[in-house]
Amino acid sequence: MIPSTVPPKYKVEINSNRCMLCERCVRECSWGVYRRDRNKIVTYSNRCGACQRCVAMCPRDAITVNKNATCWRDHPLWTREVREDIINQSRTGCILLSGMGNAKELPTYFDNIVLDACQVTNPSIDPLREPMELRTYIGKKPKKLEFEYIEEEIEGKKIKKAKLKTNIAPNLKLETPIMIAHMSYGALSLNSHLAMAKAVKECGTFMGTGEGGLHRALYPYANHTITQIASGRFGVNEDYLMRGAAIEIKIGQGSKPGIGGHLPGEKVSAEVSMTRMIPEGSDAISPAPHHDIYSIEDLAQLVRSLKEATRWKIPVFVKIAAVHNVAAIANGIATSDADAVVIDGFKGGTGAAPKVFRDNVGIPIELAIAAVDQRLREEGVRNEVSIIASGGIRNSADVFKSIALGADAVYIGTAIMVAMGCRVCGRCYTGQCAWGIATQKPELVNRLDVEEGTNRVANLIKAWTLEIKELLGAAGINSIESLRGNRDRLRGIGLSSVELEALGIKHAGF
Amino acid sequence: MCGIIGFISKKKRPISGDKIAIALDSLKERGNGQGSGYVGYGIYPKYKDSYALHVFLNNTPDHYEIISKVKDTLEKYGKVIKDEEIPTNGEILKKEFIPWRFFYDFHTSYKDIENDLMVNMVMEINDKIDGAFVFSSGKNLGVFKASGWPMEVAEFYKLDQYKGYMWLSHARYPTNTKGWWGGAHPFNILNWSVVHNGEITSYGTNKRYVESFGYKCRMLTDTEVVAYIFDLLIRKHELPVEYALSAIAPKFWKEIDLMEKDERKTYESIRMTYGGAVLNGPFAIIVGTHEGMVFMNGDVEKNNSMIGITDRIKLRPLVVAEKDDLVFVSSEEAAIRRISPELDKVEMPDAGMPVIVKMEK
Repeated sequence: MIPSTVPPKYKVEINSNRCMLCERCVRECSWGVYRRDRNKIVTYSNRCGACQRCVAMCPRDAITVNKNATCWRDHPLWTREVREDIINQSRTGCILLSGMGNAKELPTYFDNIVLDACQVTNPSIDPLREPMELRTYIGKKPKKLEFEYIEEEIEGKKIKKAKLKTNIAPNLKLETPIMIAHMSYGALSLNSHLAMAKAVKECGTFMGTGEGGLHRALYPYANHTITQIASGRFGVNEDYLMRGAAIEIKIGQGSKPGIGGHLPGEKVSAEVSMTRMIPEGSDAISPAPHHDIYSIEDLAQLVRSLKEATRWKIPVFVKIAAVHNVAAIANGIATSDADAVVIDGFKGGTGAAPKVFRDNVGIPIELAIAAVDQRLREEGVRNEVSIIASGGIRNSADVFKSIALGADAVYIGTAIMVAMGCRVCGRCYTGQCAWGIATQKPELVNRLDVEEGTNRVANLIKAWTLEIKELLGAAGINSIESLRGNRDRLRGIGLSSVELEALGIKHAGF
Repeated sequence: MCGIIGFISKKKRPISGDKIAIALDSLKERGNGQGSGYVGYGIYPKYKDSYALHVFLNNTPDHYEIISKVKDTLEKYGKVIKDEEIPTNGEILKKEFIPWRFFYDFHTSYKDIENDLMVNMVMEINDKIDGAFVFSSGKNLGVFKASGWPMEVAEFYKLDQYKGYMWLSHARYPTNTKGWWGGAHPFNILNWSVVHNGEITSYGTNKRYVESFGYKCRMLTDTEVVAYIFDLLIRKHELPVEYALSAIAPKFWKEIDLMEKDERKTYESIRMTYGGAVLNGPFAIIVGTHEGMVFMNGDVEKNNSMIGITDRIKLRPLVVAEKDDLVFVSSEEAAIRRISPELDKVEMPDAGMPVIVKMEK
């Protein structure tokens, strides 16, 4: 026998002087780290993922979770992670699963971009005194407007009047350029879906349903949801398509470009099975490609079919993962009937992705936005289609920088989960989420109070919105469209000339 | 901070250029002597149907070669009927550039597209011919600008020898690009001329927006982009002037939301479609327009007109005054009173509300 147990990642310790043996940790930890053994609490550190549920709930502050730094001989190439992965794979012969976004130390360009502010020559604008407009329309726009001059009789006089001839296709009206990314019901609990739906309605924005259909409890908020058609087509029927405010065809996802999805059977509860229209307890597997999309023209046809099915009343978005050729692909999408291109960067989150994909495939969202925006401008179609950026957007500054690089709006996913309690432990695919977010177990789901969750999510969106207004005011801008693609107001720090060129920005000092 | 003033005679009465210089001189506090400029409309009655191109040539011995390169470019589509050095008084300013003018006619076969061709040729000359810079390309009008104080520039170009029915002017206090002759205002393309006080904070957005329609922003200064936006929206897209101006200084959403249905839809569509054309940040501008602008009531203005407009929260001053057939727009009333002490009417337009002055019919 080759022993294959590796040392636990974390070390859970209970201060017995503080512990009052209330067993709250035993109940709260869904991973089975704690057990009461007569007059003490025993811990199984190897089960701990540092989700901090126990720490947050312990009334006596008796628990500490530390990194377990022991045992591994330092080596710059054969890191602890590399060795652990090999041990696991040689034992199981399987693909390694992981959650959340890319965990490698690859550049986060947002952190190397700084913003501009007004000094003397132009006044900054105070958002508390002056209007500051963030309203954003997502969807197709015409290249130009046409007017016709119609003669009207007003009080006996014939007067000609310019009347707008151009009809603009339906757009989504956002009061803030922040939307909630597609995270399916199934991957997430109903309570988290409800909290998000109520929050987006309150904030005048939208949430993605993910590829999991729309639970009937969300019908009252359906006009604030963007329904998704992914390769598994789960939960898709005419009623579903007609209910949402927009439809998104998901071709790829930033955390795992080129492959499909997998919802483990453990998470397919009775309600999930009804919403997804699949048998209870069965794995929901989305294939890598859409089996009716093998080329760009197939995609264009699906866009048209969806538009026909919804009487051309509902905008259709297409989401792709940010890959090397993202600009050309986005251009192909922009020239179809699609209303918006969604680009998802390689730091985007996920419930479950093969680790090798999560950490190695795709490109940073900052570079993808810059490339797509520039390419669409060169092709003369940028003003006619919207760009939504997602994947690793962590705060209002990231939103601001994304828009200045060229996006119309952003999707945020992980940040919203953190607002609802998530501590980014990265084990969403197990269905054991102790915070009641990424689970279907009723006793865990109940831990997330919908009203409280709604407040947290709405607060986060409102706080970022306020910060964006302040940043805009400081930049002397009073409406968001004047920030869109305004790379002039960005500067890079510590970036090479190639990186600056890819981002289309100057280095600080120039 | 910059000083701007312009006036127009609604009767198309020719007025000598020294008037505008006297007015601008009283705004010199708003400049720092690094750039002043004027544009006069109606100054070349003898060549009124020809394009008058004003070009800065590098003041080097080879400038005759540059002239022939410019001619070659122009003569691809038409004929230079006259070219000469613009008369200047070399004792006033050091001639950093040689200002040259070409009077030019297109072949009749290009009649329908001559405006677009002219824009392209200006872009081409400025982009590709080293040592040549076209700074005025309209008909029967001309821009005169240089680094210097208002009076210096006016005397340098002998403005008192020109008569025009509309004059715009600008005293510059450069803040975003260094002061050089080409960077002085007015900026001109075709019959559009712009003088501008302020700083366009949306420059990056506007620049990339007009570039996607084929304009090239070579000057790296925000005023140039303003001229292109006017050309794009009013001449090329033929938007009714009032709507085009509302794209440039848009109504606030809270105003639009309160409008009745049709009007709301129109203003909403304008903001949705022309977001890239919104001029943000503090500005007051005076624009001498192209001919053929269409108004909301279907009227077509065959003449050039004058438009004054500020940003929608009015972070730069603008005052309008009238005296008989003259309408003045200026940063300060003092400059107007300097050349017209008695005025019939003086007004401060509301933020973002345009002032449009047409010829009397």
